[in-house]
Amino acid sequence: MRELIRCTNVCKDYARGAERVSVLRNVDLSVRDGTFTALMGPSGSGKTTLLNLIGGLDSPTSGEIEVDGLRLDSVNAGNLARWRARSVGFVFQFYNLLPVLNAQRNVELPLLLTGLSRSERRKNAGLALEIVGLGDRGKHKPGELSGGQQQRVAIARALVSDPCLLVCDEPTGDLDRATADEILTLLQTLHWELGKTIVMVTHDPRAADRAEHTLHMDKGRLVSSASGTAEAVA
Amino acid sequence: MFRQTVNITAMNLRSVLSRKGSSSIIVVGIAGVVAVVVGLLAMSEGIRSALRETSHPDRVLVMRTGTQDEITGWLSAAEVNVLKGVDGIGTVSGELVVVVDLVTRETGKPGVAVARGVEASAFELRPDLTVVAGRPFQPGKNELLAGVNASDTYAGLDVGSKVNVRNALWEVVGHFDAGGRAHDSEVWMDLPIAQAAFRRDGVVSTARAMLDVGSDAALVSERIRQEPRLRADLVFERDFYARQSEAKAGMVESFAYLIGAIMALGAVIASVNTMYSSVSTRSVEIGTLRAVGFSNVPVVVSVMVEALLLALAGGLLGGAVVYVLYDGLVSSTLNVGSMSQLAFEFAVTPRLLLVGLGSALLLGAIGGLLPALRAARLPVVAALRSG
Repeated sequence: MRELIRCTNVCKDYARGAERVSVLRNVDLSVRDGTFTALMGPSGSGKTTLLNLIGGLDSPTSGEIEVDGLRLDSVNAGNLARWRARSVGFVFQFYNLLPVLNAQRNVELPLLLTGLSRSERRKNAGLALEIVGLGDRGKHKPGELSGGQQQRVAIARALVSDPCLLVCDEPTGDLDRATADEILTLLQTLHWELGKTIVMVTHDPRAADRAEHTLHMDKGRLVSSASGTAEAVA
Repeated sequence: MFRQTVNITAMNLRSVLSRKGSSSIIVVGIAGVVAVVVGLLAMSEGIRSALRETSHPDRVLVMRTGTQDEITGWLSAAEVNVLKGVDGIGTVSGELVVVVDLVTRETGKPGVAVARGVEASAFELRPDLTVVAGRPFQPGKNELLAGVNASDTYAGLDVGSKVNVRNALWEVVGHFDAGGRAHDSEVWMDLPIAQAAFRRDGVVSTARAMLDVGSDAALVSERIRQEPRLRADLVFERDFYARQSEAKAGMVESFAYLIGAIMALGAVIASVNTMYSSVSTRSVEIGTLRAVGFSNVPVVVSVMVEALLLALAGGLLGGAVVYVLYDGLVSSTLNVGSMSQLAFEFAVTPRLLLVGLGSALLLGAIGGLLPALRAARLPVVAALRSG
């Protein structure tokens, strides 16, 4: 399998007043296409920061990040936004659905950035909702859906433009056990059946067990992986 | 990009309804500014219009050289006779203009009105003046004819009643409508009786005259200036009233803009605050849109459109309130030229409403700009984290 994500010597610092805080320190990471990787670690270990860098939401202070052949650390904000629209689907802990739009329109949102016609957008959004098992809930607004259903809509939104990478930040963090299991099963299905590459940040070891690979972070460094090397390979 | 912008703006506007409380601060704040500014400008427009409507394009005043108003001017009877002989001058009416003390109807307090002593020619010069109640005064009698606004403004001017002016009782015999607001605020009386009552025998304040048809006004003016028996200048009525209205209306206008500017500052601060709060409420939404791949431009446009639409709603509300409450409302103000009350109608014209809406949009744009730029500059990660 080809390499989809490569991070080389990635550092990320933040300014906190006059002080500089190192959130990521010399992280090297390689993720192959079509894999399901869990990223674990205590709060403040830098896992969400690393996920944001991989998803092109933030840029590193130093180091190289290459995803699907594009050097994310050297493209401008406009190109990065276009790349995100094309290549990445995001799943957030609190779903981040737009409350004024119904499920169908929420899922259609990323397709507004494509050249698809209205009918094609509707068709694709309907298909994505079918995949997550909510084909009959398109007209419902987020407030009318349960937490699990809202996360399914968010997953449909992440899927709809057929990106090569899904980045999930604590996708089950706001859900009860049973619902969390349903969501994890859905992510596994997307990975197995649609071959999606998934990188998931989680606190929950049971969620991490559903992934093929688990990487651990602590104090801004990747400390161990399934293979136990400093350079994590998933 | 256009489609992104339209879609995000539409989404944002739908969410405005869920932020009714904070949004209404902008609407009400801007409505207040527009109502005050348009109301005061409608007052100044009304004053201008009242004085403008009094003038006739061919009617002139002949005034003592150097005087600016009718009250302080004077011409002798001999000078009026000389004027009648000037080539190009038609009907002439020597008029004595004085102020009289009356009681204002509304407050019961003393007020001053313009009294005008006139001859029959004064009515010939003003064919649009009609007696709407009672009858004209008779020469040689202490009788008054009150303008329709004067009879509304001052107590004791009902037809048939008697009023004390300069220690003499005058009977109000009728009301006139001059179709022009300045005269409508006056009381008229017979010239010789007025000259006797006000101890101005043989003197008038100014003369009004109609230029002969086809005569050259500049030439007539020159003849008057060159006439050695006359120390007077010719002034067109429209120029005379324009000068008077400029002083008063200009003052009201300056006041309108001063008060408007102070209120606008408050409204802008409220708008900026509200739009910042709107951006803050929506920051996760904005972050999500940016994460999905939307660019900054639609976000900026959506915030600006929201601010502008709320401002427009405020402008319409303020304009509607002032139109319903004030348009056509008759009020009076002190006319600086004659130190008397001048009745006028508030005129909320389409031009003023457009000025009000324009101001509202300007305030909305100023109020929306900083929050819109903040929304655009907010890093995606920070916006997502703010939830």
